[in-house]
Amino acid sequence: MSEHTRTHAIDMSSVLRDKGNENHQHETCIRVKDLNLFYGEKQALHGINMEMPKQKVTAFIGPSGCGKSTLLRCINRMNDLVDSARIEGQILLDNENIYDKSVNVAALRRRVGMVFQKPNPFPKSIFENVAYGLRIQGINDKRILEETVENSLRGAALWDEMKDRLNDNALGMSGGQQQRLVIARAIAIEPEVLLLDEPASALDPISTLKIEELINELKEKYTIVIVTHNMQQAARVSDYTAFMYMGELIEMGTTSELFTNPVKKQTEDYITGRYG
Amino acid sequence: MIKVWFKTGAPWIWLNAAAVSICMLMVVGILGLVTSRGVGHFWPSQVKQFIYQEEGKPDKTIIGEQVDSSVTPALMAKSTGHKMADNEDVLIQYLIKSGNRDVTGTDFLWIEKRNVKSEIEPDDLIVVERREWGNFYGRILEVKESGKTVASGKDAGSVLQSKISESLSIFKEIAYLEKKEIGAINYNLERLRLKQRKLELENRLDDKAKQQLADEKNAYDAEYKQYQVQLADLYQKIRRDVLVAETESGVQVKIPLAKVVRVFQPNSMSILDKIGHYVAKVFEFLTEDPREANTEGGIFPAIFGTVMMVLMMSVIVTPFGVIAAVYLREYAKQGFITRLIRIAVNNLAGVPSVVYGVFGLGFFVYILGGNIDQLFFPESAPAPVYGTPGLLWASITLALLTLPVVIVSTEEGLARIPSSIREGSLALGATKLETLWLTVLPMASPAMMTGLILAVARAAGEVAPLMLVGVVKLAPTLPLDGNFPFLHLDRKFMHLGFHIYDVGFQSPNVEAARPLVYATALLLVLVIVGLNLAAIVIRNNLREKYRALEG
Repeated sequence: MSEHTRTHAIDMSSVLRDKGNENHQHETCIRVKDLNLFYGEKQALHGINMEMPKQKVTAFIGPSGCGKSTLLRCINRMNDLVDSARIEGQILLDNENIYDKSVNVAALRRRVGMVFQKPNPFPKSIFENVAYGLRIQGINDKRILEETVENSLRGAALWDEMKDRLNDNALGMSGGQQQRLVIARAIAIEPEVLLLDEPASALDPISTLKIEELINELKEKYTIVIVTHNMQQAARVSDYTAFMYMGELIEMGTTSELFTNPVKKQTEDYITGRYG
Repeated sequence: MIKVWFKTGAPWIWLNAAAVSICMLMVVGILGLVTSRGVGHFWPSQVKQFIYQEEGKPDKTIIGEQVDSSVTPALMAKSTGHKMADNEDVLIQYLIKSGNRDVTGTDFLWIEKRNVKSEIEPDDLIVVERREWGNFYGRILEVKESGKTVASGKDAGSVLQSKISESLSIFKEIAYLEKKEIGAINYNLERLRLKQRKLELENRLDDKAKQQLADEKNAYDAEYKQYQVQLADLYQKIRRDVLVAETESGVQVKIPLAKVVRVFQPNSMSILDKIGHYVAKVFEFLTEDPREANTEGGIFPAIFGTVMMVLMMSVIVTPFGVIAAVYLREYAKQGFITRLIRIAVNNLAGVPSVVYGVFGLGFFVYILGGNIDQLFFPESAPAPVYGTPGLLWASITLALLTLPVVIVSTEEGLARIPSSIREGSLALGATKLETLWLTVLPMASPAMMTGLILAVARAAGEVAPLMLVGVVKLAPTLPLDGNFPFLHLDRKFMHLGFHIYDVGFQSPNVEAARPLVYATALLLVLVIVGLNLAAIVIRNNLREKYRALEG
């Protein structure tokens, strides 16, 4: 093992045990095992091992280019789209390896929804945007669609604003509304996990606040993994935080622990703003 | 000083502006020329009567329309054999359309202005548009019905007009019977013959089948006889009336009304009459078949053929181009081979179009068509069905010609779609195919339309390859008619571009054809503009619908 791939061992069980004192049920939802990722010759992720508990918010923080988005995109196999990407190791979702040959990628992505950095609504009506995932699954029953669209838009705190404009083009909405629409679109197909890749980085403070409130509500139902640049945001919304640097997981723990009492020097330097 | 001006960059702006203006002027110039020459042709011009005396010859009367004039400097005129007096600087000549080809043998002549003794525009001069021999210019003497004079002198005009409208309606009836009804019978008889031949070839022509075929044939024959009787009756009616008229030199000419399209007296027409006449002529030009070796009448078959061919081409080229582009851009592994293919596609766009024509003739018509005939139409041998140039092969050849444009612009359209949209769709559990079908292709549709617009613009203007693969000077039938299977892809067709070439350069009567060349050219431009506008409107609607994301 090279210097880099040697994991900075984190005793996940102790983290979970600490948390467990407050709340006894903390199943693991996603478990990453010895994950290495290469873009061609270049290694972007080095032996990542971590666990993300069910119905909690896990945040990835770290400087730009540290691999946190790459790791996030491994969880729903978005890196498959990159021709040069090669992956070693396992990611277990409910104890099934999502990189197993038998896994249907489209079905996996239905279970693991994703929201991107920039809002990317389709150039269709608001209704059709939210119904898109259902239509792919062959659901065309108008009643079911209407019901799901309403629930999803309510879930994304968008229903009251948009209920009279369902047939308008989604591209006419503001950036914050578009991002919430994209979240509504993702939760319409009822995934188990929701991956958020810097969801508020392109938004103004008020929209950001709304998204953060939304995340707080959504974690009742979904396991959420969020990548963020903004440490205050990580502190506000997440239950667990993982700090990554140069493609390695440096430290992971409950958010309060990691921010108040980091174990590693690197983590401390980063969260106190000494670099990154 | 100049240096400072140079540094401001102003000269370059002037240069750019000049280049743009020259382009604009050229476009306007072309359209202006074509329009002015083409549009005026249908206006009923005054008919003049000249008293003309050439040196040392007696006076003679010339009647006709003045269509052109020329001014030749004295020196040049002398060298071409004209006698010029010392005080004459120039020789002025008029081109007169005098018609009456059946009497004089020529219907255009040049006269010299200095020999014109007088020039008047009498009201009673008539112009007769005929189905044969071109226009007649002269005066009415009398109108005869079955050899008996029914009107002469002053009231002959009004009698003539009513007789003509009568004969025109009979003519229409005859045309309908001959083309539609008897045409259908002929078509069906031919089909029966082919059916019989087919059964014969397959050794299935037993007595029962023979009987059945004979019955059908008899039914058609009976029908045909019935029409024959009707036709004979109509022909008798239409041949009854004759117009007797007199040319400028006093020759009497008998013109059967069956051969007359219209008679008018341009000198006594009011401006409103003239406008009415003009509209009627333009309408005739757009809706009728050509007459007299394409120099008279309309060009409807050519318009129809052009539009039909372009539509067929679009229907063929769009799916091919789009599918090829999707594979190249979305599925094929990018590398040396895809680069090679792209270079090949781009070079294909630069191959001269006549080469495509040769390829179409050699491969599509002779090899593909010949094999189709052998396999599916053995009964019509030795007459080819698809083994001869026709609408299908012309459309496919042009589709091949325009394929590169569609591929290139579709590829560009696909490349422009942000990857975030694709990822958004994939992240919702869509497969690649679903993402393409539901999101990417609709968003790329404006680019496809752009490709199609370019393809249409190129295809509609092509002539050279079409001459080899299906366009003819005169097609007896349209490729679309009422006989099953309605769309006849094996038929030859007429085309505006080829029509221009044919009328302009292959016509026996150059002077008569010249205005038609301009009119047809204008129409070709209009047809292409129309097709393009339709495509542009569709594209803009799509663009509005799939407005791409910013960034």
